[in-house]
Amino acid sequence: MNNLLKNTARFVLFLLVQIVILNEVPPIHQFITPYIYFLFLLWLPFGTSRISTTLLGFIFGYSLDIFTKTPGLHAAACGLMGYLRPIILNLLLSQEASEEVSKEPSIATMGWGPYAFYAFSLTFIHHFYLVLLEWLQFGNFGYFIGKVFFTSIISLLLIFSVELIMNRRKLKR
Amino acid sequence: MKNIIGFIRQNFTFFSFLILQILSLVMLSSNSKTHETFFGGWSNQVSGNINQYYSSWTYFFSLKATNEKLAAENVALRNQLAQNFVGFDTTKKLGTLILRKDSLEKIRKFYYYPAKVVGNTFTLQKNYIVIERGSKQGIKKDMAAISPDGSIVGVVVEVNENYSTIMSLLHRNSKVSAMLKRDKIAGSIEWDGADPNILVLKNISKSAAPKVGDTVITSPYSSNFPAQLMVGRVTTVIQDPSSNFLTLNVKAGTNFFNLEYVYLVENRRMEDQNKVNIKEAVNE
Repeated sequence: MNNLLKNTARFVLFLLVQIVILNEVPPIHQFITPYIYFLFLLWLPFGTSRISTTLLGFIFGYSLDIFTKTPGLHAAACGLMGYLRPIILNLLLSQEASEEVSKEPSIATMGWGPYAFYAFSLTFIHHFYLVLLEWLQFGNFGYFIGKVFFTSIISLLLIFSVELIMNRRKLKR
Repeated sequence: MKNIIGFIRQNFTFFSFLILQILSLVMLSSNSKTHETFFGGWSNQVSGNINQYYSSWTYFFSLKATNEKLAAENVALRNQLAQNFVGFDTTKKLGTLILRKDSLEKIRKFYYYPAKVVGNTFTLQKNYIVIERGSKQGIKKDMAAISPDGSIVGVVVEVNENYSTIMSLLHRNSKVSAMLKRDKIAGSIEWDGADPNILVLKNISKSAAPKVGDTVITSPYSSNFPAQLMVGRVTTVIQDPSSNFLTLNVKAGTNFFNLEYVYLVENRRMEDQNKVNIKEAVNE
C-alpha cells in the first residue's frame, strides 16, 4: 500500500480511537489516562525527515487539542516527541536497517529489545512533558510523578497489545 | 549577517521545532484567548460538527434512558401545573400567592433554554461539554447550565454561531458558590480532579455542623446560577485543625457520564449584579 495513503489513514484512525473510545472510558483513577494516539508518530517510516516528524507531531497533537479543548498541550508534547524520535532511532539502528527508508519501526524490523526501548523512551518523553505542562497549571508533585508513571504503564500496555493484535509483519509479505 | 543566515539554515529543524514549541506554549498559557483570535471559533465549529455525528450514534443507543428521563420531567412539570390550577379556585392565601407570581412575570430574572449535548468529556483534568445551541439561538457567555433533573452542570465559556462550550463542574478551574441546605452556610464548589463523582466544597465555616448526607445547594450569591439548585450530598467531612474552614466531599447530583440535554439559564440582571459585586471571581 502507498505509504502516504497508509499514514493518512492512520492519522485519522488514531485520532478517532483516542477521541471516540479512549477519552470516553470512565476513569479508573485520577492518575490513569489511556493514551495511544501517538503510536501514529512511532509508526512513521524510518525515512521520514526530522523536520517532517516535528511538524507532523505538532499538527497531529493540535488536531487532538481541538477536540479536548486544550490548545497547545498535546501539540507541544507531540512536537517534542517528533523532534527527539530520530535521535533515539539513530542510537538503536544499524546503518543498513535505516537505509530501508520505506520500512517502519516494528518488532519485525527492529527486534523485541530495541523496539521496546524505542516505544518506552518516546512514551515516557511524551507523558513527562505533557504532565509537566499540566502540573505547571495545577496539581502538585505527587500528581506529576504518579500520573507520568501510571499513564506510561497503561500506554505501553496498550501499545504492545496493539502490536500483538495487528501483527504488522504479515501485512508486509 | 551572512553568518546568521547560515546558522539558521544549518539549524533549521531546531529552530522550527523551537517556534512550534513556543507557539503551542503561548496557546496553552493564554487559556484559549489567543486561540480564539487566531482561529476565530473555526476549530470549535469543526469539532462541534464531528462531535455531532458521533453523538447522533450514541444518542440512538441511549434513547430508552432519555425517554425515561423525559417522562420523569414531564411528570414534574405536570405537577407544577396542577398546583397552579388548584390555586385559582381555593383559599385567598393561595390566590395571593398566584397573583404575586403573575406580577413577577414582568420582571422575570431567569430564562431557561434547552440544548442538546453533542460533546462531553469527563476523563480529563479540564472537562468541557459542547452543546448545539449558540449565539444565534440566544446563548451568551457566562450563562449557567443545569441538568434536566435540576442539578448544576457548569458555566458557558465559549460561544459561536451554532455551538457553545460549557466548562463542566469537572474542571480544575471551575468554581461555583454553594451552601449547605441545613444552615445556609456558603462555600465554593470546586473539583480536585480525582473522581468525577465527587466534588469538593471548600471554605465552609467551622460553625457549621455538616453531617454525612446533608444536601448542598447553590447559594444566592452566585450571579449566574439561580439559588437553591441541587449540587449534591455530603459524603465525607474533612477536619483540618490548621484552618478555620472545613472541606467537604460532595457526591455530585449530576450524572456527568450520560448527559443528553442541559438547560441553560440566563440571568437577565447579571450585568447589573456583577457591577456591584465585590469581586467577580467570587462566583466564577
